[in-house]
Amino acid sequence: MKSSNNKKQLLTGNEAAAEAAILAGCRYYYGYPITPQNELVNHMAIRMPQVGGTFLQAESEIAAIYMAYGSAAAGARVMTSSSSPGISLMQEGISYLAGSELPCVIVNMQRGGPGLGDISPSQADYFQAVKGGGHGDYRTIVLAPASVQEIADLVYDAFDLADRYRNPVMLLGDAQLGQMMEPVELKKIPRTQQTPRWAVTGAEGRARNIIKSFYPVKGELEAFNIRLQRKYKVVEQKEVRYEEVNTERAEIILVAYGTCARICKEALRRISGTGLQIGLLRPISLWPFPKEPLRRLAKKAKAFCVVEMSSGQMLEDVKLAVLNRCPVHFYGRMGGGVPSSKEVIKKVLNILAPEESTLELEMSEISQELGKGLYFSTIP
Amino acid sequence: MQALYRAPETLLRVPTHYCPGCGHGIVQRLLAEIIDEWGIRGKTIGLAPVGCAVLAYNYLDIDMSEAAHGRPPAVATGIKRVYPDNIVFSYQGDGDLAAIGMAEIIHAASRAENITVIFANNAIYGMTNGQLAPTTLLNQRTTTTPEGRNPLTHGYPLRVCELLATLDGASFIARTSLSSPKNVLQTKEAIKKGFKTQIEKKGFSLIEVLSPCPVYWRMSPVDSLKFIEEKMTQTYPLGVFKDWGKKEL
Ligand SMILES: Cc1ncc(C[n+]2csc(CCOP(=O)(O)OP(=O)(O)O)c2C)c(N)n1
Ligand code: SF4
Ligand SMILES: [Mg+2]
Repeated sequence: MKSSNNKKQLLTGNEAAAEAAILAGCRYYYGYPITPQNELVNHMAIRMPQVGGTFLQAESEIAAIYMAYGSAAAGARVMTSSSSPGISLMQEGISYLAGSELPCVIVNMQRGGPGLGDISPSQADYFQAVKGGGHGDYRTIVLAPASVQEIADLVYDAFDLADRYRNPVMLLGDAQLGQMMEPVELKKIPRTQQTPRWAVTGAEGRARNIIKSFYPVKGELEAFNIRLQRKYKVVEQKEVRYEEVNTERAEIILVAYGTCARICKEALRRISGTGLQIGLLRPISLWPFPKEPLRRLAKKAKAFCVVEMSSGQMLEDVKLAVLNRCPVHFYGRMGGGVPSSKEVIKKVLNILAPEESTLELEMSEISQELGKGLYFSTIP
Repeated sequence: MQALYRAPETLLRVPTHYCPGCGHGIVQRLLAEIIDEWGIRGKTIGLAPVGCAVLAYNYLDIDMSEAAHGRPPAVATGIKRVYPDNIVFSYQGDGDLAAIGMAEIIHAASRAENITVIFANNAIYGMTNGQLAPTTLLNQRTTTTPEGRNPLTHGYPLRVCELLATLDGASFIARTSLSSPKNVLQTKEAIKKGFKTQIEKKGFSLIEVLSPCPVYWRMSPVDSLKFIEEKMTQTYPLGVFKDWGKKEL
């Protein structure tokens, strides 16, 4: 079987997400086409029948998330995926999953917005993913991979987290991560999943099970919310994931996830040997957010610089984590703009020596980058 | 002494939240009777809608799940794909099925999804205090059509059975009513046929039940039954619109 040998294969991020899901025992996939995650839908259409699973192209993302809700209620490992506009349509369903405490893995390969936007990489759905997106006091566990290998590893782990906490888990990628190819090793153990005892399976020989999020009796809903928040506290204590690069001696610490973290790593590589002490903190779990490591680093760093493909969304969480212990700078590109490692270096130099402002240079360089065709040319 | 009738075991002995004369309770009792008679409690999974029937799971002693407003056919699909040999039914109102959930119902039918849908048409939004439904009759007063439904501004009543019967994936489509004991029995037979359709893997089945909502029709329960017979069936004729095995009903 293609997915269970221990050799490296060359896969797109989207395909790796699909293969990792299959490895994790996911046998139900519901989706709706949207660029830049079509490879995932197409791959599942081929692979699910091969492994005895179900692939269903839904009539909309709304239907897809509720089909996933159904299979989750039935106790099966289930995944759906989309990109930004489609994920917006799924928000009510994600709230229902959280409210009914159903495990489900949702992949969002983000593209530029708002509205129809474009199909180039973006990180502008951070607020939506991390702060709720749908209605009510709920949390989605959000994991942010920075390579195709990590997409595979995190998708696999996402199923375990979803089951452990009976909660939706979102893998937050972007157009670049979804569509680029890298060697991947699917090294984890193939899973078959056990049906949990709370699932609706037909109440043969047992008391019935009910899956619901409606609590009309006064006080019950508040009690349920309190229980949910207790669960979220445990997640915050146990499931924080992050990576630190050169933070020991760093004066300036870049904070970036996903594609931007890769770009920051490239920037670190380019300045190594120059004597500049720059580090990187890469959140891997965006919720729960790595607040403690940031607080710890805030004690010795001179400044942070958050780098995002957004107007500054994760920036708010970094500021909340470090409070006023340390200045927090920001470099962001929007609407499909991808920062270059050069732009990041320039920003860092600017923080270190603000009097030599490089703002004008930055702008001209950005337009140069545009001319070089940073933009993807597929049709949405 | 021989018991001529006893309440079905699957129907839990609790007071319901339905108003006096409401149709939802009748249909749920029929479901419980069928589940008992066929001994299928252990393999039946139900979907409760968002609407007055949301608490159906408080009354039926079977595995059940809620679904968001309009989405029971999608949730039922997700369950049925996991347990193709179970009996999966959704219970939906007219706002749920024919307004917000129109896409889901059409595509479930078109996919020949092997589920049974019980569609309680009371021509009104009961749960949200009596607004216009897609199925509201012409001239019918609702809180959002205070002067009555006017086709020029509010459009026409939507006939779900007739619409779905045009789809190749729909196998059994019938409309019944709760207006008389005879019609209640016919409703039960139609639901049985729906379940049979599913058990024999013949595809999608839907039973539309004309169901009274005395409260928001602003009528007595008895007048409500008369209203179904005299007015509702004019717009929504009873009958079988599609049947994979005609002779067997
Ligand atoms: C997304 C969403 N929109 C609106 C509502 C409010 N709502 C609850 S029930 C309902 C209509 C119910 O009417 P129907 O489906 O005909 O059921 P009935 O109560 O008449 O049995 C509406 C609009 C909701 N809960 N969710
Ligand atoms: S409002 Fe109408 S549909 Fe709702 S419970 Fe009362 S009678 Fe039944
Ligand atoms: Mg109604």
